[in-house]
Amino acid sequence: MSTATDTIDEFVQSDYKYGFVTDVESESAPPGLNEDIIRLISAKKNEPQFMLDWRLKAYRHWLTMKEPAWPQVKYPPVDFQATIYYSAPKQRGDAPKSLDEVDPKLLETYEKLGIPLRERGRLAGVAVDAVFDSVSVGTTFKAQLAEKGVLFCSFTEAVQEHPELVKKYLGTVVPHTDNFYAALNSAVFSDGSFCFIPKGVRCPMELSTYFRINAAKTGQFERTLIVAEEGSHVSYLEGCTAPMRDENQLHAAVVELTALDNAEIKYSTVQNWYPGDAEGRGGIYNFVTKRGLCKGRNSKISWTQVETGSAITWKYPSCILQGDNSVGEFYSVALTNHRQQADTGTKMVHIGKNTSSTIISKGISAGRGQNSYRGLVKIQKSAENARNFSQCDSMLIGSKCGAHTFPYIEVKNTTSRVEHEATTSKIGEDQIFYCNQRGLSTQDAVNMIVNGYCKEVFKQLPMEFAVEAQKLLGVSLEGSVG
Amino acid sequence: MKLLNQPILEIKDLHAGVEGKKILQGVNLVIRPGEVHAIMGPNGSGKSTLAAILAGREGYDVTAGEVLYEGKDLLELDPEIRAREGVFLAFQYPVEIPGVNSTYFLKAALNEVRKHRGLTELDAVEFLALVKEKMKILALREDFLKRPVNEGFSGGEKKRNEIFQMAVLEPKLAVLDETDSGLDIDALRIVAEGVNKLKHADNAQLVITHYQRLLDYIIPDFVHVLADGRIARTGDRKLALELEEKGYDWLLKHELASA
Repeated sequence: MSTATDTIDEFVQSDYKYGFVTDVESESAPPGLNEDIIRLISAKKNEPQFMLDWRLKAYRHWLTMKEPAWPQVKYPPVDFQATIYYSAPKQRGDAPKSLDEVDPKLLETYEKLGIPLRERGRLAGVAVDAVFDSVSVGTTFKAQLAEKGVLFCSFTEAVQEHPELVKKYLGTVVPHTDNFYAALNSAVFSDGSFCFIPKGVRCPMELSTYFRINAAKTGQFERTLIVAEEGSHVSYLEGCTAPMRDENQLHAAVVELTALDNAEIKYSTVQNWYPGDAEGRGGIYNFVTKRGLCKGRNSKISWTQVETGSAITWKYPSCILQGDNSVGEFYSVALTNHRQQADTGTKMVHIGKNTSSTIISKGISAGRGQNSYRGLVKIQKSAENARNFSQCDSMLIGSKCGAHTFPYIEVKNTTSRVEHEATTSKIGEDQIFYCNQRGLSTQDAVNMIVNGYCKEVFKQLPMEFAVEAQKLLGVSLEGSVG
Repeated sequence: MKLLNQPILEIKDLHAGVEGKKILQGVNLVIRPGEVHAIMGPNGSGKSTLAAILAGREGYDVTAGEVLYEGKDLLELDPEIRAREGVFLAFQYPVEIPGVNSTYFLKAALNEVRKHRGLTELDAVEFLALVKEKMKILALREDFLKRPVNEGFSGGEKKRNEIFQMAVLEPKLAVLDETDSGLDIDALRIVAEGVNKLKHADNAQLVITHYQRLLDYIIPDFVHVLADGRIARTGDRKLALELEEKGYDWLLKHELASA
């Protein structure tokens, strides 16, 4: 008799669908990091002096910092002098003025990734900024958005076209001194997306950025800045993939969100960086700082993340609830299979009165994956009647994986209320057998059980992506038990 | 080719155990279409082991004997294939699957079964029509369909859900493992009536129970007493009543004396 475990073992090799390399001529900086490289990046981007000064300040600060050792992840030291900090596909002549002028090979790449950069078809209601290695190669729907006053463009373009906005908001939520990787990013970031939603505007479509690492030995350091003015509303989504390579590649991004009075930002991530193979060779090191500032009264920032990729994930999308009555939310599904490691969670810092936050974290560990939730709920003295509810669930699939929970709670105001619930469950052989006994295969059973477990998070995703996320989870789970 | 009046299930000299411990030691049983069999026995006699082996649960070692299902070697088949072939187990402890909608679950299950039988898959509308019909058998409320599988169900609701699933999946052989346990008398009646409505000339039911009271509602054609891993006695319904009156000890002593 073949057992359920045998059946599951048959799925051992799951394919990473996005592991191809685009053969495109690129222009790269030599490996290594020093002030000349930073000047080169700044010059390539034709940046104003204030940007170069800011980068150099960050770099000099970074030199004084040490890589954090506290995350619950293990990896050999990163050689920062072996990484290439700038790589861009070569362009003939001037930068492309419209999508029609973008290198067809690049368009084809995004087509293959399921993100067609055409303003019609499946993603007709979603504006996309496509970032390829160190640069943005195109942004769709710019004209339509501009009609509403919404600015959505690459960071490089924002520095040229709207330097006053960049200067006003850059580094205000994540300062260049914030942490080791944020400092590194501030020094060398090469592109990213910029969104500005003016007062009272409800952004007419989903905005999204699709990050693709292509070149070998190259790190990707992008920066996203979203500002929602009074009473505005925006929903933003980012997606990420990279080729399969045997060496590890570094991705250290910074995302800063600012919401003014009555504004709402919904930020969703479907992270599918190459996770490495079953033996743990290769994969992306994803060391990311994401933070949102609810600056205004009644503002709201909501993070939803589905993390299935990367060899190592180190990421804590956070909310600073400064405005009175502001709301922060964090919904997360983090899956580690094979030898992936994730240390992820959130920080909710309550400063304003009547601020409230919700944390729903669903960790799934399979294979030899290690999954940690790390979260901080901090209620400052000023935060009268603050509320937090946290729920951190861990699911184990198989017996060689691990789940860890590190909740930190600091309360300095006695009128506040903080609730924390945590569960750990093993995906039951009982549950799988029950499904089998009704005619479902083991893989279908695992997918169904895990999707049910993640339901609370998936329902937060924009419709177009909820289905994708479910499918992605299914693919990532192949070979997960045994 | 199906033979006329071919048994649905034939168990021949089945020996099985868990981790070296012998539990079943030579079980023989033949179940034909249209029959209802009851297996009774004291705790630890191997009743639930037999159910688990028929459904294909992991962790049991079959050391000798064979089980034929419609003439095929049942033990060779994976659990999901057995289910698709028409073997249904109503669980003693139905499993909760949080977040998975009951309708979605059951539709996926039914379509696997239908595909296996060469039938077209049902779409959402067709499925809902079917399900509403079947819900009447178990007197279930409609909000039941929107709830996650068994999550937050009372003991009685879980057991009713098992029989409801059985009604939808239309098995050839239904094995009811202690379906009466944890049910009050009203719930017991609803569940038993549901089971009786699902009985017809082409299928069979194997009812496993510790107590006689379920057999007041589900009338068996045969009653078998399992003791020490063997069927110690086979009779009709009267045997169950006799057991109720005199207890299992009476039978076991009696068997010992005649041995």
